[in-house]
Amino acid sequence: MLAPSVPPPPVRPRHPPKIQVRDLRLSYGGQEAIRGISFDVDRNDVFAIIGPAQSGKSSLLKCLNRTIELVPGAKQSGTITIDGLNVDELPSVYNLRRRVGMVAPLPVGLPLSIFDNVAFAPRAAGFKDKHELAALVEQCLRQAALWDEVKDRLHTLGTKLSGGQQQRLTIARALSHEPEILCLDEFSIAIDPVTTMRIEDVLKELKQRMTIVLVTNLVQQARRLASRTMFLWNGEIVEEGPTDVLFSDEPQSRKTYDYVNGIFG
Amino acid sequence: MATTFGETPFIRKKRRDEAIVRVVLGLMALAMVVPLLLIVGYLVERAWPLLSLDFVFTNPTHGMREGGVWSALLGTLYLVSVSLLIAAPVGVLAAVYLNEYAKKSWLTRIINLAVVNLAGVPSIVHALFGLGAFVLFAGMGRSILAASLTLAIMTLPVIIASTKEALAAVPLSFREACWNVGATRWQTIRGIVLPNSISGILTGVILQVSRAAGETAPIMFTGAVFFKRIEEGNPFAYSLSDQCMALSMHLFTITTQVTDAPKALPYATAVVLLGSVLLVNACAILLRLRLRARKKW
Repeated sequence: MLAPSVPPPPVRPRHPPKIQVRDLRLSYGGQEAIRGISFDVDRNDVFAIIGPAQSGKSSLLKCLNRTIELVPGAKQSGTITIDGLNVDELPSVYNLRRRVGMVAPLPVGLPLSIFDNVAFAPRAAGFKDKHELAALVEQCLRQAALWDEVKDRLHTLGTKLSGGQQQRLTIARALSHEPEILCLDEFSIAIDPVTTMRIEDVLKELKQRMTIVLVTNLVQQARRLASRTMFLWNGEIVEEGPTDVLFSDEPQSRKTYDYVNGIFG
Repeated sequence: MATTFGETPFIRKKRRDEAIVRVVLGLMALAMVVPLLLIVGYLVERAWPLLSLDFVFTNPTHGMREGGVWSALLGTLYLVSVSLLIAAPVGVLAAVYLNEYAKKSWLTRIINLAVVNLAGVPSIVHALFGLGAFVLFAGMGRSILAASLTLAIMTLPVIIASTKEALAAVPLSFREACWNVGATRWQTIRGIVLPNSISGILTGVILQVSRAAGETAPIMFTGAVFFKRIEEGNPFAYSLSDQCMALSMHLFTITTQVTDAPKALPYATAVVLLGSVLLVNACAILLRLRLRARKKW
């Protein structure tokens, strides 16, 4: 129910949005996962996506960097633009994926050394200079709050790190190609609260330089970090707006209120 | 409850079952070793009077009643290595395509179906195909090349299947992580997938050595002869267009055609065949152990 006293949404920033999604639809072999959603993500902002399992959050991220094309049976319609350019019309999908960093829910340490894990993306892009590469690896590991723990064993296997360390390694790898947009898909699922808070601090800092799309199951995490939040349900947007409004006592939708306050049913 | 940590009949039954199962399973595993030991022991015992290095490095003489197996051994080495040189790259690359690139379509389904069915074709049918396709149609004549190609066709589907299995054992999440940072499929395959499946791939390939070495039918019509004299001790005594002898065929010949051969001769030949195959397998196991020590997750 829409309460008549809902405050008008605050005026959006004037500069054009970083990401524009228009009428995005996605189905896997006839089964609809995303049912026509449209939203904007502002530049240098943290945009949170909340919603239960199967609501289309992860699929949405896959559309952003076009890895959805690699999923058998996936069919997508609608447009996604980044800086006003349609991602489907970009000349190189590999450049798109370098511009959109992606952190998966479960940490994936590649079966390579810690150093090679982070250096993988630059090398895949033809980056060869050893000194610059070393500097870049250090910078990314520092940004991901992992450097101090691994600086003495950069040449041991990344897969031997603990879960929380591997997750930060994954973030370091996502930063290694210097993305403009960083997508995190439930990054805190496998790590402890202390590490989560450390990474959240990192994200607040990264926000200065990049746009962050944060899919999260922890609604409080969205509240802490995001200025705008979108609540997805069954492939549809229930509500999208300033985080303050979604988490207020009077969001636009009753469903939102119930979900963020944990009274679902 | 008093019985929580006590010995109940159910707990005694569980412990007894566990002991029985362990013994039964262990015996079954042990049973695998027995035939191998018996085969090897029996062969070596029968072959003992003839076994020597001379036997390995001299040609058969006196209508194959005396001498060694040199020309047959070298022929088998030629056939096996040439067929693997053809089948291994083709098979591995085809499997990489099928597992990493091919989308689900009617074409890939047909290819996969063909691979499975090709693996089930009896070797004598391969022989007839080789005779028709390579010896007659392609005009290679009966030669090491034609016989090796026939063996290659025979081993290809198995190499493809085992390679696909090895590739599929590499978790999808590794590939996704690579794609997410803008790596191409090939960069992903070269950087992550192949290094982590190479031990499985090699195992599959090398297992086909024993098969190629042991088959008689496919080479009988396509390149193997009953008898051929070659220069002893020269490993380059055959050329690709030559016909050759082969250990498997030689064994067949001296057991069925040469009735008055010394009793130990077939056994000694079998020991050489088995020994060379086991030698290759041992190398494969060592290689696999080394590669697996580097396994990374």
